[in-house]
Amino acid sequence: MPVQDLKGQKVWQRRTGRESLFHWVLWLTGVAVFAYCWQQISASTTWFFVWDAPRIASDIWTRATPPRWEYITQLGKPIWDTLNIATLGTIISLILAVPVAFLAARNTTPSALFVRPIALLIIVSTRSINSLIWALLLIAIIGPGVFAGVVAIAIRSIGFCAKLLYEAIEEIDETQVEAITATGASRWQVMAYGIVPQILPAFAGIAVFRWDINIRESTVLGLVGAGGIGLQLSSSLNVLAWPQVALILLVILAAVVISEWVSAKVRGAII
Amino acid sequence: MLRLDKLVKTYKTGDQALKAVELEVPEGQVLALIGPSGAGKSTLIRCINRLVEPTSGKVYLGDVELTGLSSGALRRERRRMGMIFQEYALVERLTVMENVLSGRLGYVGFWRSFLRRFPQSDVDEAFRLLDRVGLAHMADKRADELSGGQRQRVGICRALIQNPALLLVDEPTASLDPKTSRQIMRLICELCQERGLAAIINIHDVALAQMFVQRVIGLRFGAIEFDGPPDGLTPEVLTTIYGEEDWEATIEAVEDEEASA
Amino acid sequence: MSDVNARIGKPWRKPPLVQRRWLRVLLLVGFIAYLIAAFLTIEVNWSRVYAGLERGQKFVLAFANPDFTSRSSDIWEGMLESIIMTVAASVVGIGISIPIALGAARNVAPLPVYLICRAIIAISRALQEIIVAILLVAIFGFGPLAGFLTLSFATIGFLSKLLAEDIESMDRVQAEAIKASGARWTQWINYGVQPQVMPRLIGLSMYRLDINFRESAILGLVGAGGIGATLNTAFDRYEYDTAAAILLIIIVIVMALEYLSGVIRARVQ
Repeated sequence: MPVQDLKGQKVWQRRTGRESLFHWVLWLTGVAVFAYCWQQISASTTWFFVWDAPRIASDIWTRATPPRWEYITQLGKPIWDTLNIATLGTIISLILAVPVAFLAARNTTPSALFVRPIALLIIVSTRSINSLIWALLLIAIIGPGVFAGVVAIAIRSIGFCAKLLYEAIEEIDETQVEAITATGASRWQVMAYGIVPQILPAFAGIAVFRWDINIRESTVLGLVGAGGIGLQLSSSLNVLAWPQVALILLVILAAVVISEWVSAKVRGAII
Repeated sequence: MLRLDKLVKTYKTGDQALKAVELEVPEGQVLALIGPSGAGKSTLIRCINRLVEPTSGKVYLGDVELTGLSSGALRRERRRMGMIFQEYALVERLTVMENVLSGRLGYVGFWRSFLRRFPQSDVDEAFRLLDRVGLAHMADKRADELSGGQRQRVGICRALIQNPALLLVDEPTASLDPKTSRQIMRLICELCQERGLAAIINIHDVALAQMFVQRVIGLRFGAIEFDGPPDGLTPEVLTTIYGEEDWEATIEAVEDEEASA
Repeated sequence: MSDVNARIGKPWRKPPLVQRRWLRVLLLVGFIAYLIAAFLTIEVNWSRVYAGLERGQKFVLAFANPDFTSRSSDIWEGMLESIIMTVAASVVGIGISIPIALGAARNVAPLPVYLICRAIIAISRALQEIIVAILLVAIFGFGPLAGFLTLSFATIGFLSKLLAEDIESMDRVQAEAIKASGARWTQWINYGVQPQVMPRLIGLSMYRLDINFRESAILGLVGAGGIGATLNTAFDRYEYDTAAAILLIIIVIVMALEYLSGVIRARVQ
């Protein structure tokens, strides 16, 4: 009861006594947890380096500028590889994500008891693990190179695409499906005429959205050896060739901006 | 032609939507199904083509018992029952032509339909039907560009191209304005007459039903309360179906309209 | 009617998505050409892949029999560090994001502030977490501090952008009503804006917490603290059962976070 009678006067409070106590405890716990976290981070930090950081930063900056522009001639192939990793990875993941999404959506799954949980497990496990980790794993299995990058991106994207797609499938208008069913259409025909046209715009949007993200992710896959421009970044970092690093970072930045622009344009055209 | 034998539908929630409904529809008869919301009109229609699975009882279409059919055989029988929906239920992102042709899905194979290679006779028939309802020029428009009345005409074409023996019509006018409603009802009844189709039209507008059909069934709480010609709908009958209300105005209005029409 | 008679007997085709024929052909040919070129430039060492299949099988089997014990202290420390980085970075990141989001909403902030805040968001979004981590490790040295700063920085770009969009699309009438009562700017934000965007802020924060945790798992690869270093070592030594254990823990924590955020979002909305 937020309104209390106190010595004949009505006093309004936002929360009741117990509520405000609960809030205080919540805040206090939050602050305590944060303090603990900060103390742990601080304990494993060499503060001498931190105080020295501005000097080091300016040192790196002077060494990295100007970028070594002529190095760009050696970046053509890595950029091409990066683009391929992202694009092929996205295409493969979409091909795999479509069946998973249909198995995971409540209204299309053949069995809510057995198949759906498996599909959801595929979605959550591929989604929770970063593409760099998938790349590490694949490199250990099939060796370093662009192929490992493509597969890593493909696996990582399955969960993401399938999740968005199955949400779109669950939101379709059921009466349209019913109408197609009523004509005597087969299961697959109902899919092709009743469901697919309804989710096609969502599918296109997801594809472009994920492609944009994959361009970003594929730029760094090379750090663990999975091909693309990240390989050059990693080798330049290893020999502390800062002007090359600066140029590569600029190229990555440009790639990210361009891919975002392209995906925004395409999405605008679709919707 | 169509016979329902002690048809019962009980939903999982325990609601008894249909209580042992007995009904026989002869060839070529257009029948209106009236009743308050929740009386089981929609359920009844959907139980006939088993979009809703009946709990017990039997449905016969001609000599075929629909209730016992396997899914493949059911699909073949569904081709003989065209369905028209309340909210048109067109696939909005497909063109008008594709929507009409989707009525032939039960007749063509998957790949043919997937690639949109329908037999020429189907395409011709689709154009004839579209022309009959006055929409031939709209064939390549997307369904969501059409107005409500136009969409319902496309829905009618989709049902008719199935070459059905029976039309199941679920609230065809509920989302339309009064004038368009009447045009659509007239169109449905004319087409039924032209082709000798039987039809079950589920409708909540009593006056509209009286204007066009030969027989009216009144449904209340999943049971048939009235079965007779439209002029048998006296205030007393309407009261048993819908409950107490002043019915004189409704009925008189119909008579006036018919006199002026 | 003659119109239709003329039409009958002619085949019908679905109107194509791209109307101009040459453009349609060009797009199709271009796409296929790209795919072929891309496939040709990928060098796949099939014998290597074939040899690796056995290891792949071992790894899949390792998931059935993960080893939590033999490196339990490494796993435990790494996980704890990841969680600590996640929590601290989320708190700080969200704290900084809120004023920046206000600044980046055109209906709240004046133009100069708007431009500055949008620039901050653009920079934060354009820079990949792992690249920021590399730079910060170079500057601040190895350890969780670099990871913490990376995640905080990345949180700002993500959260401010989405929150600013939400503020920009809020109901103006409600906010105007508060302004009309003579409230000062801070009161206006507190009474007119905050209640409208609070559910979304909480939802986004939970989502970002989830992302931060997933990202914290890889920061260790470049020396920025967390479980990533342990994971990397496990892969290097081909200790698949330990790697599987770590991945399983990550998956379980992510699932738990998703469940928790679902519950919290359902409660605030």
